[in-house]
Amino acid sequence: MLASLLPIVAAASLIADQASEQAGPVDALFWFITGVSAIMTVVIFASICFFAYKYRRRTAVHATQIEGSNKLELTWSILPFLVMLVMFGWGADLFYKAQNPPTNAMEVFVTGKQWMWKVQYPDGSREIDALHVPVGTPVKLTMASEDVIHSFSVPAFRIRHDVIPGHYDSVWFTPNKPGKYHLFCTEYCGNQHAGMTGWVYVMEPREYANWASGGGGQGTLAEQGQALFQQFGCATCHLLDQQGRCPILRGIYNKPVQLDDGRTVIADDAYLRESILDPNAKIVAGFQPDVMPHFKGQVTEENVIQLIAYIKSLSPSTPASQQGGGQPTPPTPSRAARAASQANAAKPGQAVPR
Amino acid sequence: MATLTHGAPEIAASEVNYLNVEHGWKSWLFTTDHKRIAVLYIVSITLMFFVGGFMAVLFRINLLEPEGIFAAETYNRLFSMHGIIMVFFFLVPSIPATLANFLIPIMVGAKDLAFPRINLLSWYLYVIGAFLTMYAVIRGGVDTGWTFYTPYSSTYSNSYVLAAAFGVFVAGFSSILTGLNFIVTVHKMRAPGMSWSRLPLFVWSNYATGLIQVLGTPVLAITLLLLAFERIAHVGIFDPNIGGDPILFQHLFWFYSHPAVYIMILPGMGVISEIVSCFSRKRVFGYNFVAFSSMAIAVLSFVVWGHHLFVTGQSVYTAIAFSFLSMVVAVPSAIKVFNWTATMYKGSVSFDTPMLYAFGFIGLFTIGGLTGLHLASLSTDVAMHGTYFVVAHFHYVMVGGMVMAFMGGLHFWWPKITGRMYPEAWSKFAALIVFIGFNLTFFPQFILGYLGMPRRYHAYPPEFQALNVLSTAGASILGIGYVIPMIYLIWSLKNGPKAGPNPWGAAGLEWQIPSPPTTFNFDETPIVTEEAYNYGPLEEVIG
Repeated sequence: MLASLLPIVAAASLIADQASEQAGPVDALFWFITGVSAIMTVVIFASICFFAYKYRRRTAVHATQIEGSNKLELTWSILPFLVMLVMFGWGADLFYKAQNPPTNAMEVFVTGKQWMWKVQYPDGSREIDALHVPVGTPVKLTMASEDVIHSFSVPAFRIRHDVIPGHYDSVWFTPNKPGKYHLFCTEYCGNQHAGMTGWVYVMEPREYANWASGGGGQGTLAEQGQALFQQFGCATCHLLDQQGRCPILRGIYNKPVQLDDGRTVIADDAYLRESILDPNAKIVAGFQPDVMPHFKGQVTEENVIQLIAYIKSLSPSTPASQQGGGQPTPPTPSRAARAASQANAAKPGQAVPR
Repeated sequence: MATLTHGAPEIAASEVNYLNVEHGWKSWLFTTDHKRIAVLYIVSITLMFFVGGFMAVLFRINLLEPEGIFAAETYNRLFSMHGIIMVFFFLVPSIPATLANFLIPIMVGAKDLAFPRINLLSWYLYVIGAFLTMYAVIRGGVDTGWTFYTPYSSTYSNSYVLAAAFGVFVAGFSSILTGLNFIVTVHKMRAPGMSWSRLPLFVWSNYATGLIQVLGTPVLAITLLLLAFERIAHVGIFDPNIGGDPILFQHLFWFYSHPAVYIMILPGMGVISEIVSCFSRKRVFGYNFVAFSSMAIAVLSFVVWGHHLFVTGQSVYTAIAFSFLSMVVAVPSAIKVFNWTATMYKGSVSFDTPMLYAFGFIGLFTIGGLTGLHLASLSTDVAMHGTYFVVAHFHYVMVGGMVMAFMGGLHFWWPKITGRMYPEAWSKFAALIVFIGFNLTFFPQFILGYLGMPRRYHAYPPEFQALNVLSTAGASILGIGYVIPMIYLIWSLKNGPKAGPNPWGAAGLEWQIPSPPTTFNFDETPIVTEEAYNYGPLEEVIG
């Protein structure tokens, strides 16, 4: 029975796909640790087998009592530790460098919900359990959960990040090989956890531009947010150009905000999300608490993402230009336009299954 | 060794020992004899082992087909209950509550543990906890995984979370009391001459385990109580919708549960030190280093929990610190492996069944430990987290390590516990089957994890099927490997050849008293004049 399985095993691919800039360096470390482990395992197995054979029990040959050896103990404590320090430093270095996405990263919003991945693009189009990205462009995902903890994992990219309810998580990658790759939820999230899977489609820029231009119809993410802004009556108090009962939102994105308790916070995605869902958590200096109704349970995480996109669009510059890195980009970049500019630099793309 | 066994002097049938001194169920249920309580524990944890193992067989069957065979709901409850039962009702008490309960008083030269009644109480707490958890199973099970992660467990799960968690809560106290008893016994009950540097390494490792049990388990109890508060009274502790923080649960849970994985391996390491020394007829190489490595593991185990949270978005500097500390804790484990290997050097090595399990332990624990490095290093953990790589890693340590050590220790001390020998050929055959079955089950899971297959999936992409089928085939072999000893050990109770006091020619106080021992172990308090593992030539001991 076992012998009949061997060809199946041989046929199955036993080498994991590498499809992002991150995958190669992570695999190099993985194989370094695996190689060192294999050597250690062989050394220990070989010593045991050798000793077991050489010193097997024979009559008239007695064991020689040995107390131990401090020299040996220090050797086999310090040497492995030094090798482990290399593993630690290497892994920490890669991890540290992978913390912040490049400033020119394309932003996509992902909401995890029992049991699906909802994807929103800045141009307003949406998908479920599928993510389309152009090859060669860094992609930053801003992720939220509607319910329990999920974990966004694309094995071929060697990336993974938990999506924890209550705040935004983010992860980024630069896909470098066109194709179709598994997207898994890797934090147990209930009954259909195993069904919370999807595909990431990495496309040639030209192909991607075609795909991106086909979507939409509901306006950009910011326009959708603007509609919600009207619908929920936000505009009654958050006036655009003059002081109302609530702060002016024009131009605040990623700017410092003075709070009534003296602290200063940056009006980033996390702050805006909290202020929508739980307005009393942080009160801007000069304003009263309990003016704004809280929207927790009233709006979905996807709605919050749309509202934030709208608020972002009210600010003339993006974080990228503020930080001085990368070139200024419009607040709500069109995916099609961005991909098209990528395509100019790339050779004609090959067909990618959608 | 069989010839030695037959050569051992016959014990007079009239001789009274702890097993035949009293009869009837009351004499067992109200006993305060540490040896009888150990036997009660052996029976209880063996039952739970086979319940948990049966669940593993069922969900391995489910994984034969990519789309799964059972409903997702069934599968989720099976793996959750498997984890809860195996961790809290088998692995944690496995060696401490059975072999150590039986042996620690004898090894230190005492008549019993420091608190015999508390020892019995700990067994009752274990049984109550087990019943509560089995109640949850019978009512329909729990589907949170053994980790009970919030807010799924506190708000969303529709299964019997409270009953299962309460069972674990109660069993936790059993574990605390056992640890407490060991610590006090080792401190206060050592016979004259039994200095700390003469303690068998099995005592050292269980002493270290006791410290973790006493210091860590209360945190688990608190965590489960908070979980219950939130689930029953909707007090916002972990669920962000009512003001809680789900990551707080993970910090609290792993503050116990990472040290707990050392509760689940340190006693096994102690068993291996005894076995390797006995069957090499040598003092353990580097006794001091092996003893202190147990203590180092106990201390360090409390500062590595954050490596379970590398992908939760904890601060990057916190993650780096935990990664470093996780590397540090690997050093004392490595020290032990090297010393066991060196103990065989210039020894007189025999291949009795306990030694075969010890070989299995060293090999499998080495693989389990080294693959821990992939998970301690940050960027490789990000790639492997939540996949079958992790499942394979901890099964190599927990099953390849601890269960191998438990089986080895059970065979090693079986003649002492029961007064009978087991059939040698069958036991060697079973040890081989366990080793083969184990590797066939869990090695493919390393590859599955490396290829990206997530754990806790009742269905999976078809390209993973071949490796899953291989793993299930291995699991069925492994299952047979565990059933065979169950049969011949029970058979040996009546039919096994009688074992003398010292069938292995082993050093150590437990081998200087009759098999089975009398109720109070020693007629007179022994006076210890030599170091542990004082092995001379075999003939002198056997006589």
